[in-house]
Amino acid sequence: MRNKNRSRRFKLLRFVAAVMALGLLASACGDDSDDGGATGTTAPATTAAGDSAATLLKIALVAPSASDDLAFTQSMVDAINELSDPVALSITDGTFVIEEAATAIREYAAAGNEIVVAHGTQFGASLAEIAPDFPEVTFLWGTSTDTQGLANVFAYSPDAAEGGYVNGVVAAAISSSGSIGVVGPIEAGDAVTYITGFNNGALANGATEVSITYTGSFGDVALAAEAATALITNGADVLTGSAQMVVGAVGVASDEGVPWFGTQANQTSLDPSLVVASQVYHWEVVLEEMIAQRKAGVLGGEAFEINLANGGLEIEFNDGFDLPADARAAGDAAIAGIIDGSIDPNG
Amino acid sequence: MSDFFTATVLFSTLAAGIRLSTPFLFAGLGEMVGQKSGVLNLGVEGVMLLSAFFAYWTALSTGSLWLAVLVGTLVGLLMGVVYGLITVVFHAEQGISGIGIFLFGLGFSDLMFQEKVGTPKFTSKLPSVDIPLLSDIPHVGVAFFQHSAMTYAAFVMVPLVMILLRRTTFGTNVRAAGENPESADSLGVSVARIRFSAIVIGNTLAGVAGTALVLELGIFQPNLTAGRGFIAIALVYFGAWRAPGVMAGALLYGVVEATVITWKALGIIPRSLSDISAMAPAVITIAALVILARRVKPPAALTQPFSRH
Repeated sequence: MRNKNRSRRFKLLRFVAAVMALGLLASACGDDSDDGGATGTTAPATTAAGDSAATLLKIALVAPSASDDLAFTQSMVDAINELSDPVALSITDGTFVIEEAATAIREYAAAGNEIVVAHGTQFGASLAEIAPDFPEVTFLWGTSTDTQGLANVFAYSPDAAEGGYVNGVVAAAISSSGSIGVVGPIEAGDAVTYITGFNNGALANGATEVSITYTGSFGDVALAAEAATALITNGADVLTGSAQMVVGAVGVASDEGVPWFGTQANQTSLDPSLVVASQVYHWEVVLEEMIAQRKAGVLGGEAFEINLANGGLEIEFNDGFDLPADARAAGDAAIAGIIDGSIDPNG
Repeated sequence: MSDFFTATVLFSTLAAGIRLSTPFLFAGLGEMVGQKSGVLNLGVEGVMLLSAFFAYWTALSTGSLWLAVLVGTLVGLLMGVVYGLITVVFHAEQGISGIGIFLFGLGFSDLMFQEKVGTPKFTSKLPSVDIPLLSDIPHVGVAFFQHSAMTYAAFVMVPLVMILLRRTTFGTNVRAAGENPESADSLGVSVARIRFSAIVIGNTLAGVAGTALVLELGIFQPNLTAGRGFIAIALVYFGAWRAPGVMAGALLYGVVEATVITWKALGIIPRSLSDISAMAPAVITIAALVILARRVKPPAALTQPFSRH
């Protein structure tokens, strides 16, 4: 009897282990979700009522962080969802490992997607290998200012320095100490251009010190939080930052009552009372142009830029923050100056 | 550089280092208990992620931080049971099983976050518990006596784990199972039960580590732990399988990390060296590990499955 019970128990344990093993295997292979959220390949998610999937433009997106990161990846997901014509969108996000991203890019191209978006500067080398194998597919690659000479690649980039400059001007206007802190990830990509513009804007409007801390990581939230703490300890009374790990810094800013300036996506929801303004990327401005070119038979070969003048960059002020009128006016003047060319945010 | 050597900056850097060391300490102590019994767990990172997510989700859903701590701890315990089944009952290869647990934790916490939360939202954070009188000492109070309850608990765990392993029959059996399981078995010790228990304790502490991390930040993101679970495993080797050694390693890593961040904020580290300097905590810890590793040996039966013949 005892042996029988032990045998049953062993079978149960084997069953549980088998289920776990399957779970482990599934997690290793990536997970599917309907809204394109988690790491892994998703089914086409965006369709319009009455449109059959066959008639929709098939777009696939491969991105390094989560689709709703309030930063880099979300800016592209939002943009695709804003396109004037509905599309069938597939997403693989959370692909910090370049080899995983390369696999996804190749699979999407082979699966019949007309446009594959490789949303990350780091995917460039992979794209150089993959794009020539699929001459009928248009690849969009950013942030990058060149197409690597590939005929079926469109490059895109933001002039993030423009919004950075505006945010810097407004930050200096509301700073009491004149000391402003910046939390950056790795010194690369649009984080550098945003921070350069922010630094220039703040100094142009009277800031005495802009302390810039690159944490060395795009994803370490705890380090970003400690960077913000260190900046505040050293006198910063206004903060900004770039990349998805800044939520840690926003949390510290929120605790300490320090105003925050965002970039890439509107970060007001993180603290509706302390986020002053966000530079928002509207990639749809250049996506529409790229799609139009593809329809006209041009599959790539051109680099596009979003900026304040073409509406691809927008400064979204938070109405929930009591921004003094003169600070807002300084921001508006900076926007006008950049658009008319009288201000060089990189200068 | 002179900006750094002010009492305010020095002690706030020390406070940051202690905060940063908390998850390392919990996870490292837990991993040490498991390794002392002969079981290597490379899944610490995955367990931390799972506990972090479920603690965060609980705090977000209920507003109760203590319930969040309980849930995060229980998730760690549950994963300990799972890992115990895989490695002790079914004798699966420990390295591969641990990597499987890590991948499961990474993927499942990410999936759950996207499904249940989506856009990052803040929840309440663990409040600072000021120790009466001591917290009022200028500078020193900020550095040592104004932390969350989880941080104090991490350091209280050090003597508790020492007592557990050195002063109890269970601890003696754990060490015997890790050094010479055949002898332990011949003396009537159930090696499987001891190892299973040690794994559960270790994973529970890994769960507490993830919980402490997420509730200190008040927000979850995919891959929130950013490699801290793996560093905790390295700190067990650094600490020579002794609780004070693990604590020293955790503090060293945390304080170096905090110092680098502060130096960057003060402009002491040039921007051109910014990314390289981010590696400093790992480089210093590995260098110390290389020096120390020659003097100590791991448990003799570490990674070796045991079955009665």
